[in-house]
Amino acid sequence: MASSIARPWPGLAAPEHTPDGTASAPAAFTVRGLTKTYPARRLKRSRTAAEPAAPASDRITLDVARGEIFGLLGPNGAGKTTLVKQLTGLLRPDSGAITLLGHDLVRHPRRAARLLAYLGQESTALDELTVALAAETTARLRGLDAGAARRERDAVIEELGLGPIASRPLKRLSGGERRLACVAAALTGSRPVLVLDEPTAGMDPVARRAVWAAVDRRRALDGTTVVLVTHNVIEAETVLDRVAVLDAGRVIACDTPDGLKALVGTEVRLDLVWRGEPPLAVREIAALRHLAAVAGRRWTLRLPPDRARAVVAAVTQGPAFAALDDFTLATPSLEDVYLALGGRGEGLVRS
Amino acid sequence: MTAVVPPAPPARLCPSLAAVYRAQLSRARGARIPLLFVATFQSIGIMVLMRGVVDGGDGDEARAVVAGSAVLVVAFVALNLLAQYFGQLRATGGLDHYATLPVPAAAVALGTAAAYASFTVPGVVVTAVCGALLYQLPMGGLWVLLAVVPLAGAALAGLGAALGLLAPRPELATLCGQLGMSAALLLGVLPEARLPEPVRWLRDLLPSTYGVDALATALEPGPDWGSVAADLAVCAGVGVAALALATWAYRRAALR
Repeated sequence: MASSIARPWPGLAAPEHTPDGTASAPAAFTVRGLTKTYPARRLKRSRTAAEPAAPASDRITLDVARGEIFGLLGPNGAGKTTLVKQLTGLLRPDSGAITLLGHDLVRHPRRAARLLAYLGQESTALDELTVALAAETTARLRGLDAGAARRERDAVIEELGLGPIASRPLKRLSGGERRLACVAAALTGSRPVLVLDEPTAGMDPVARRAVWAAVDRRRALDGTTVVLVTHNVIEAETVLDRVAVLDAGRVIACDTPDGLKALVGTEVRLDLVWRGEPPLAVREIAALRHLAAVAGRRWTLRLPPDRARAVVAAVTQGPAFAALDDFTLATPSLEDVYLALGGRGEGLVRS
Repeated sequence: MTAVVPPAPPARLCPSLAAVYRAQLSRARGARIPLLFVATFQSIGIMVLMRGVVDGGDGDEARAVVAGSAVLVVAFVALNLLAQYFGQLRATGGLDHYATLPVPAAAVALGTAAAYASFTVPGVVVTAVCGALLYQLPMGGLWVLLAVVPLAGAALAGLGAALGLLAPRPELATLCGQLGMSAALLLGVLPEARLPEPVRWLRDLLPSTYGVDALATALEPGPDWGSVAADLAVCAGVGVAALALATWAYRRAALR
């Protein structure tokens, strides 16, 4: 569990636990058996009924503790955004329960707007506003009076380093700058929970650092909870306290990044990149052929450390070495976890 | 049970309406100005064209052309462009931004409609003045635009917003907005007396008609202010209904 939960949320009554004990700290979100299936698309001129679509959320159960940075990781189409839309009251689940800071969100979806700030993937509502006006208007619409909204606007623009572009309309900015302006709008109004759908998509490293610093500051000062959607493995490993791995609408694992990596045991990943055709005449290389995931000239192998060491020794000498362009040896990443857990998609980003 | 955190207070109607209005109005600076020019030039162009077949001076036809062209600017911006804007916003998920803010539905629908109605003011005034000069009509009654623009604006913007929010696809929203504008053009600019009976019924159903009639009456040398007031009252009634429809449509589209 996150180490920074020590500071309770202001106004919090005595911390309690969920009856089944799934959360060891007061929960921000409690999700039980959440299921959502989009209606199957009707086919015109077809007499047969359309086949029911696969559920976009399939009996999802998870807890997010207060003050935690909780990630939802998975490739495109895994159901991350569908889940987030239910967590923010935008989409009504077919069945299941969502509790947000003690409020039943399935029964009272509109309460979400008063408890959390949501950063969606689209910025069309703000595109034609200037960065400053987007932040100020969003703060006003979160119920702040004019003076407070202006102060929050100035503070968040300063905090995220948006000063030089504050008077430019969002649609004239680069993708990363626009995203940063949307983050600024999301951070106004100091909500106890932030739900951020790929907040750093398209950002340069400086902007990314500014976003994570701002999120950390809110967590340290106010105990803010963050639910973060990402398909970026590196980001997930560095900023998240815990992560739920989603595949085809199901949570296939949920733990700390280290805990998840321990699931795949001690296997390491060895990437071999050949200059041209792999040297299958070499006996050790031919033996590896059926173990490798092949992508063009790249072979990816997941092996026990001693086996990997032997392979490295084999490929760094003789004809194999002559055919080798590059190789990397790495400890398991969340991507390895995802694949080891039976994830089917291959849409995770490693950069 | 977990401890319950009290939710933040929701945004109140008037301040959030003002915030939406101000934000929407700021969009005029960049994106809207070329379209506002198009709206105005279209109306002035129609008046110049019609000048070839309609005599200037005191006559129902001249008044109908000028009043219809002036209100056409409102139809272009408030009905057509607003339908496109909301259609686009809905299709791209932009409504999620508002739906996850604790803001009353009426504030978003009315603030946006009010901003679009305001966009039309310069174009309507320029068109009406140019028309009065072109057709040698008295300008003493043009102050009635102060009532015609907000009331016709409310009716047409409400309708435009509702079309944009209810259309299942953004292309359909655009199509409906364009058709609405074409109807306002054909049924507004042509003098009522020249229209066949069924088309006159259609004209009576169009919310912009009452704004056109009020303005046309005001352009007479001795206007019948009772008739102007009656037309404006109908316009106001339709405006309230259209804005209520827009608010309902917003709630339906944004808060599933």
